[in-house]
Amino acid sequence: MSTTQPLFQHHKHCDEIFADAEEACSNGDWTAGAKAFASFAGQLETHFLSEEEVLFPAFESATGMSSGPTEVMRGEHRQMRDLLAQMKLALVDRDSDGFGGTAETLLIMMQQHNMKEENILYPMCDSALGGTDIGNSIAQRLVAS
Amino acid sequence: MHPSLSFEQAPPISVPYRFFLVAPWFGVLAGLLLAWSGGDVLASRWSPDTLALVHLIAVGFMLQAMSGAMFQFIPVAVGGNVWRSLWVANAIQPLLILGALLLVAGFHFSAPVLLSAAVPALLAGVGIFVGVVLLALWRTPATGMTLWTMRIAVAGLAVTVLLGALLAEALARGLDLPIIELTNVHLAWGLGGWALMLVAAVSYFVVPMFQLTNPYPLWFARWFGPLLLVMLLLWSGLWFRDDLRPAQAFGVPVSLLCVAFASMTLRLQYTRRRKINDATSLNFRVAMIALLVFAISGTAMAIDPTISDDPRAAVWLGMLVFPGVFVSTISGMMYKIIPFLNWLHLQRLGAPISAVPNMKKMIPGDSMTAQFRLHVLAVLLLLAAVWLPSLAEVAGLVFSASCAWLAWNLTLAMRSYRRFRDQIRASVLRC
Repeated sequence: MSTTQPLFQHHKHCDEIFADAEEACSNGDWTAGAKAFASFAGQLETHFLSEEEVLFPAFESATGMSSGPTEVMRGEHRQMRDLLAQMKLALVDRDSDGFGGTAETLLIMMQQHNMKEENILYPMCDSALGGTDIGNSIAQRLVAS
Repeated sequence: MHPSLSFEQAPPISVPYRFFLVAPWFGVLAGLLLAWSGGDVLASRWSPDTLALVHLIAVGFMLQAMSGAMFQFIPVAVGGNVWRSLWVANAIQPLLILGALLLVAGFHFSAPVLLSAAVPALLAGVGIFVGVVLLALWRTPATGMTLWTMRIAVAGLAVTVLLGALLAEALARGLDLPIIELTNVHLAWGLGGWALMLVAAVSYFVVPMFQLTNPYPLWFARWFGPLLLVMLLLWSGLWFRDDLRPAQAFGVPVSLLCVAFASMTLRLQYTRRRKINDATSLNFRVAMIALLVFAISGTAMAIDPTISDDPRAAVWLGMLVFPGVFVSTISGMMYKIIPFLNWLHLQRLGAPISAVPNMKKMIPGDSMTAQFRLHVLAVLLLLAAVWLPSLAEVAGLVFSASCAWLAWNLTLAMRSYRRFRDQIRASVLRC
């Protein structure tokens, strides 16, 4: 297993619960939507924290690149957290247009972010962190969430 | 920093927008030309107005939209740096518009001087575009099949335009060249080597992204583009043999490759995790169904060449592929790219994200869906008009109206961008 394999798989898991939340809210099923959204927001936060507290610092100390790609990814995490907060407000207000529009925006933001990570940053991390135990610590965090 | 990891290299929003806003108007012109010319124009692919119609869609609608999309897509998806994109867009767009209009007028008025005049404009416009884009695609450190398929597509565009220039000069000057064979090769490279190749390259990236489907299987993405390229090279040679039967029969494997792409895309869409249908996913589905019908019709014609004895059979294929496959795909893509571009550029103005309107506030969803329905009606009427020429006028008018509506929806998006930009700038200044 490569260092970033658990994060790669976790992207797909987040996609699935995102789709559940979006579908429920667009059908007006706010109870199921709130449950799926809470699960999605929790999983996404765990994912971000696993990267920001474990993967990125390890990559930065291994390569000395502290203001490069990881900084860009942290910035995009901030943007996605803001979008999540907007979705939560729309959910509380039962504003299906607001929820759907922000969900759509978050989806595209999240997908292009994931592709950058999967195609570029994760391979860089795998080559810089091969032979370390970072992958296992990340997997444990994700499983525990 | 790795070039793919930020949008710093993405062009100013005006670069893709100018191409997207112009493209639908060529569709409006095509519909009006059909309505004005009437059903006779659909009797054969060789009538001057049929050639004018095809080039309004191919060189007008498709080339404008696809060029604009590439300026945006190359930095964002494959990390390429398009050299001086604003300058290049300023230079090439007038050349492409002028070239398309001269070419279409040349066909419509059967005026050799206009055909000849179109050649330098299109060679210069496409030449600069291909040079700049290939350089960006070659220098990027990214890898993957989207990138490779895109490189092939740009080479396909170059081949298409070179052959087109040769054909235009041959028609204008009465050169002794095998016009029919060269036209078949030109068409195959334009539709397969450029347009379908580009749609495949972009689909590998955006179909999983927009609809949360599984990715295209790696074996498929590795084989589809290169195999299509090899088939086009072989097919090109076969058209110049004395015996045309092998060239006609070769339509079968090429059609099967189209079936493979359409079926794979439909299967991915069918098993997608995101069940929401919008104008993008619906347009893509219609495009892939049209591609399937195109490929089945092409196979039938290759197996039984007597079907092709009716000159309307080729026009049927054209209706399926130009409005059915490519206008649908492009419309669907624009409906997703443009709202996201608006949001992306607005959130870079410095306001908190909560102050930036979401993607669905850029173009009214009902207006996109209604325009999509009108487009489907237009495609069905156009297909029917091939066999019932009395429908040509109404089909042309409906297609024209659908393209005008598309143009209006895109204009609404541009207005939304300007309005929100001014609001955000005012609020940032107040803080």
